[in-house]
Amino acid sequence: MNLDFSQIVPYIPFILEGIGATLKFVSVSILAGFILGTILAIFKITGFWPLKLFADVYTSIFRGTPLILQLMIIYLAIPQLTGYDISAFLSAVLAFGLNSAAYISEIIRAGIMAVDKGQTEAAKALGVPYRTMMLHIILPQAFKNILPALMNEFITLTKESALVSTIGYLDLMRRAQIAGADLYRNFEPLFFAGVIYWVMVTILTLIGRYVERRMRQSD
Amino acid sequence: MIKTENIKKVFGKNEVLKGISTTIDKGEVVTVIGPSGSGKSTFLRCLNLLEEPTSGHIYINGEAITDRAVNKMEVRKNIGMVFQHFHLFPHMTVLENVTYAPQKVKGMSKKEAEQTGKNLLARVGMTDKEKAYPNRLSGGQKQRVAIARALAMEPEMMLFDEPTSALDPEMVKEVLDVMKGLAETGMTMVIVTHEMNFAKEVADRVLFLDEGVLMEETDPITFFSNPSTTRAQRFLKKVL
Ligand SMILES: Nc1ncnc2c1ncn2[C@@H]1O[C@H](COP(=O)(O)OP(=O)(O)OP(=O)(O)O)[C@@H](O)[C@H]1O
Ligand SMILES: [Mg+2]
Repeated sequence: MNLDFSQIVPYIPFILEGIGATLKFVSVSILAGFILGTILAIFKITGFWPLKLFADVYTSIFRGTPLILQLMIIYLAIPQLTGYDISAFLSAVLAFGLNSAAYISEIIRAGIMAVDKGQTEAAKALGVPYRTMMLHIILPQAFKNILPALMNEFITLTKESALVSTIGYLDLMRRAQIAGADLYRNFEPLFFAGVIYWVMVTILTLIGRYVERRMRQSD
Repeated sequence: MIKTENIKKVFGKNEVLKGISTTIDKGEVVTVIGPSGSGKSTFLRCLNLLEEPTSGHIYINGEAITDRAVNKMEVRKNIGMVFQHFHLFPHMTVLENVTYAPQKVKGMSKKEAEQTGKNLLARVGMTDKEKAYPNRLSGGQKQRVAIARALAMEPEMMLFDEPTSALDPEMVKEVLDVMKGLAETGMTMVIVTHEMNFAKEVADRVLFLDEGVLMEETDPITFFSNPSTTRAQRFLKKVL
């Protein structure tokens, strides 16, 4: 067996910097996905069909094609069409943000539908306008119900984020690959990166459980 | 104050209201009685446009609220509604439930809304629970808060859809007492109810609905002692 973890020691700071890079773009992506997903979810439940159609088609496209393809189109194909040279970071955020918006919009839509119809009626009967009602009455209840599902989406995104190594973004995965290439040894840096992913996901899972427990207590 | 002219409501192929015409005066307390599925809730919900009548007109203070141009929100500000299942906002405290709409809909200041809210909570006997969340309340307490929430908008009239039907028997009285108190203040009230004694005691008039038709419309004494239609006679025999 040819294993020697001591060799990656000099690369550890370099690989660890990838944590920040990964978390940075995953957080920005999930935030963008959450905002866009909320808007799409509201499109889906309005009675106005062009908006609903748009949101449904959007979701279908982003869920129906591989994420890596979406990433490549944004990073490689868009510069070809527009001449604008997009950075790896921006491509990553766009691809992951737009993609997670599709999933998150479905989560939020289901969350909104699960809010008791009586809430809408009570708000209407008080003369509360639609937007105000959505913002103060329906969405807070919906978000509370879907927090676990959102946390799951965050975890999925963190794991899938390794895909951005393919466009040269210096995330955790990419850095492990670079270290591997330098050292002519792949197992140790990849194993090290794997441990870091696992730790990140476990921490997120624990945070999710904690939040869920807190919420159950407030019920 | 409220006038309905031949209102009909059709759901799919099901004609639930078959032309209801009646007038409810200011300060009047009217109960709506009838078998399950006769259209009582639908009729009540038409009055604040939670349901839009398929045809016919509704006038409130002479204004045709069934006109397309009418802003429904404006109409509803003036009409309080109390539901069978309360529908309090679960993520708000009792006081927040009561002060929310006056602030967001009427633009009242928080301070003023809280003052009014506290007075109303005192009126329904819920002062000590103003900081509680709805899930900590009993059914009767929830319904009293729901009444206060509707009153906080200072409506000209109040609609009640079976306000005591979801309550344990021992809690019915506390809610009916609040409603009686409200009736004594001269509030215009339309109440769908199965509480026949309450109807007898408090109502100025009884509307008897059956299969979407307004079969009888009389004072409670006549209605309960001497109903004119066989439908009403049969219904009363069953429930009394
Ligand atoms: N939104 C709706 N869509 C389709 N049908 C409806 C709807 N609302 C009510 N109905 C139907 O209309 C009829 C009358 O309903 P409504 O709720 O007005 O009766 P009700 O007199 O209030 O009965 P209950 O005493 O059971 O509350 C019923 O047959 C019901 O199934
Ligand atoms: Mg009903």
